[in-house]
Amino acid sequence: MQENTESAPSGAAKAELVIRHAVVRFAGDSGDGMQVTGGQFTSTAAYVGNDLATLPDFPAEIRAPAGTLAGVSAFQVNFASEDIYTPGDEPDVLVAMNPAALKLNLADMRSGSTILLNTDAFTRGDLAKAEYQSNPLEDDSLEGYQVVGVAMTSLTRKALQESGVSSKERDRCKNFFALGIAYWMFGRPLEPTADWLRSKFAKRPELAEANILALQAGHNYGFNTELLPVYFRVEAARLPAGVYRNITGNEATVLGLVAAAKNAGRSLVYGGYPITPASDILHELARQRHFDVRTIQCEDEIASVCAAIGASYGGALGCTASSGPGIALKQEAVGLATMVELPLVVINVQRGGPSTGLPTKTEQADLLQALYGRNGECPVPVVAPASAGECFELTYRAVWLATRYMCPVFVLTDGYLANGSEPWRLPDMATLSMAWKTTHAASEQMNGFAPYDRDEVLARPWAVPGTPGLEHRIGGLEKQAISGNVSYDPANHQQMVEIRAAKIDGISQEIPEQEVEGDADAEVLVVGWGSTHGALTAATEHLSESGHRIAHAQIRYLNPLPRNTGDVLRRFKRVFVFELNGGQLVRLLRERFLVDCIPVNKVQGQPFKVVEIEAAIKPHL
Amino acid sequence: MAEPHEHPPLKPKDFASDQAVRWCPGCGDYAVLKTAQQAFAETGRARSEFAVISGIGCSSRFPYYLSTYGFHTIHGRAPSVALGLKVARPELSVWVITGDGDSLSIGGNHTIHALRRNLDINFLLFNNRIYGLTKGQYSPTSELGKVTKSSPMGTVDHPFDPLSLALGAGATFVARSVDVQAKPLKSVLLGAYHHKGTSFVEIYQNCPIFNDDAFAVITDKPVRTERQIELEHGKPLVYGKKQEMALVLDRLRLRAVKRSDVSEAEILVHDTANREQAFLLAQMHWPEFPEPMGVFYQGQRATYEDLLLDQVSQAQKSKKADLTELVYGKNHWTVQ
Ligand SMILES: Cc1ncc(C[n+]2csc(CCOP(=O)(O)OP(=O)(O)O)c2C)c(N)n1
Ligand code: SF4
Repeated sequence: MQENTESAPSGAAKAELVIRHAVVRFAGDSGDGMQVTGGQFTSTAAYVGNDLATLPDFPAEIRAPAGTLAGVSAFQVNFASEDIYTPGDEPDVLVAMNPAALKLNLADMRSGSTILLNTDAFTRGDLAKAEYQSNPLEDDSLEGYQVVGVAMTSLTRKALQESGVSSKERDRCKNFFALGIAYWMFGRPLEPTADWLRSKFAKRPELAEANILALQAGHNYGFNTELLPVYFRVEAARLPAGVYRNITGNEATVLGLVAAAKNAGRSLVYGGYPITPASDILHELARQRHFDVRTIQCEDEIASVCAAIGASYGGALGCTASSGPGIALKQEAVGLATMVELPLVVINVQRGGPSTGLPTKTEQADLLQALYGRNGECPVPVVAPASAGECFELTYRAVWLATRYMCPVFVLTDGYLANGSEPWRLPDMATLSMAWKTTHAASEQMNGFAPYDRDEVLARPWAVPGTPGLEHRIGGLEKQAISGNVSYDPANHQQMVEIRAAKIDGISQEIPEQEVEGDADAEVLVVGWGSTHGALTAATEHLSESGHRIAHAQIRYLNPLPRNTGDVLRRFKRVFVFELNGGQLVRLLRERFLVDCIPVNKVQGQPFKVVEIEAAIKPHL
Repeated sequence: MAEPHEHPPLKPKDFASDQAVRWCPGCGDYAVLKTAQQAFAETGRARSEFAVISGIGCSSRFPYYLSTYGFHTIHGRAPSVALGLKVARPELSVWVITGDGDSLSIGGNHTIHALRRNLDINFLLFNNRIYGLTKGQYSPTSELGKVTKSSPMGTVDHPFDPLSLALGAGATFVARSVDVQAKPLKSVLLGAYHHKGTSFVEIYQNCPIFNDDAFAVITDKPVRTERQIELEHGKPLVYGKKQEMALVLDRLRLRAVKRSDVSEAEILVHDTANREQAFLLAQMHWPEFPEPMGVFYQGQRATYEDLLLDQVSQAQKSKKADLTELVYGKNHWTVQ
């Protein structure tokens, strides 16, 4: 927490401290509703106009035994009255609903930070489940922290005595009691959460009221007991003017697909097969049937990408999403789409690999898979949004590229972007729709239809079955140029390989030049792609505030790369490439531009912390 | 939906493409191609309204030889490509062309799921009980113990019975025919065309190169009538040179008997609406039984694309597709 001004004591409580930002982490058993609690805290932060960023972190097991370390679920939110770019390195406040939550999260807490504990959960049994040898409330292991113990379970029970809900349901309300305390701590309004509860439990109003009562009780408890010597205020952020909403990456991806399809005037056909953390794309799209969205839950990933290709063949927008293992299965079909030159959007919400890896954690290790993970010479455009909001923009753009250039396009997001949320400044819908153009309706005027004739960007016509006069055959076998007939002619194969590559390379003329943020005359450039954007921005801004000269380039178009990429890299004396993998983009940049980039890699299933980035660069400044 | 457009009546040769056909001499695929061209012409539909989707295998070259829309996809995945196409353009007549390796081995999963969904497609399985294109390995329909390049000591894999599989997976039209028996094949193809839902047609197809005469014991002209039984709805199940043999039901089992040994009333009558009976028929194989040809089963069930598109139109009626509203969401705020 960063203090700004200390204002006069107000009301019954003590001092109100105005701070610029704060990081709160809610942690508890996966049955404790921590994601909901964090989500509500986030919505309220958005409601009062804070800038914010979130990091949900859930266990891979759906329901590990209650109280165990494997069952801890957490949700971190950073909210601020200034621009922020990450969910924060270290929480200022940890809300720990049980000993396991405390144990797993304590290492991330700085001394002096606040720990709000549910003391009712520190029983001998729960301590044992968390593998504690002694009770941390009784030994000195929490020394140096501001520990606030509250008997949340029993206080919630007491508050809800008259509520008329079962005792089990009463106990489940304790997360809202904890949320109430957190709201008191930061002077947040309760009404948005109360409204949310009323609509969420519209069919069971007594449950809504019980939760609201718990929320209110927690808030009152903080207020009446003066739980902390001070409470905090984080004012609304001064964000650029515009209309905002809070959004996760997966939500934004879905909106991008729907908007692109609508503006293109085509049906959206989505083939999906559930996999974490991509499933929400299927869930969200399935609710958009009124936009002529036709979702198919297929028998596997291969079927889902093939269904998308079949749909594109039929003139719809075919798209599919998955995560690493599912993308591996889809690759043969991506090769087919490349050969038959049909539009296809493939979204990879990357997670920790290889194999099943770390299914609920984030990673950026599928870049080379997207670029090279197919048989034969098979270049495909690859784009990578750098924030939750950008998932909209770049998915929209991916659809556009796929239809304009008649090719599959990869969109690489990741678990962190997919689930984390941030305020997103909404695009101007009018300019969005005007930006749409597809140049080639089926070229019916052609004399004797040539399915592999090409336009000025080397795209072939999109001739849709059902159209009289354009009957043609396509397939995975090599095509004779123009006629599209099967051809094994050696020279033709080389020509076709080159045309397909030139078509994709040509996209570099279409995409924006690589921008550099920060000090353009610095000697040091940090490069990243995808979700590392926030942490890299925060770190470079921080370093330049403390007088260092540093620049930052976030690459959003990974294939083809922006046309000035080489110039940008060569302008700097030292180039660092930060990635959540073993060093994939760095290889690409070294190989393409012969620039001796320095890799900085983290492969822990967690995003970069700002301090880690600073620590890596500082010695070289 | 595209309006069916006016066109002069088409002849079978109008459905031939300009591509040279490249199957081995004597391959059964030629005969099927010819009959399919006749059947397509007889439907009266325009060429542009046919989309023929195949996987990989000799038989999967089929689309290149038709002057319709065609898509030669990847091994085993034709049903999935057809799924997407049908969901995008339900008005098309979609044909999936596949082999026994393509649809029952690598594509087994997609095959059963296409059948359970009951997409309105026509699924033609060219069964030659061998892998042709990869030069002669055993397939999921090869008989147990079959000696091939990949099974020098004979296979140890129990074969699939395609029609039982199709019925089990919920197919709503199940039929069998023989590559060179043009008349019944054409009638089955037309039956498939007119059926709304997935039509599964097994075609006994001869591969003279790697599995010659695999079905000769039942398809050779001199023995055909004794070893095949023609299925016709409402007709008694009798067969033989002089129709002297019959099928009867004996405690939930089929029995082949001399017609003279039973009363006419005891002879089983073919009923394409009877799925249980179709199961029994599907499991009849020579030499214990004659092998049935024709339509085993035909039932009615909503198609996948109709159900899906009904939801789409229902949703469109009940909710406005307002992009701004969607993108803005319920909770947005303005920063001045
Ligand atoms: C992914 C993949 N695996 C293997 C092959 C090789 N392959 C091509 S066709 C085929 C089997 C074809 O047999 P069948 O489906 O019975 O068709 P037929 O050639 O007999 O008509 C195989 C294994 C391939 N093309 N793709
Ligand atoms: S290998 Fe067999 S199935 Fe293939 S074309 Fe030759 S004869 Fe026909």
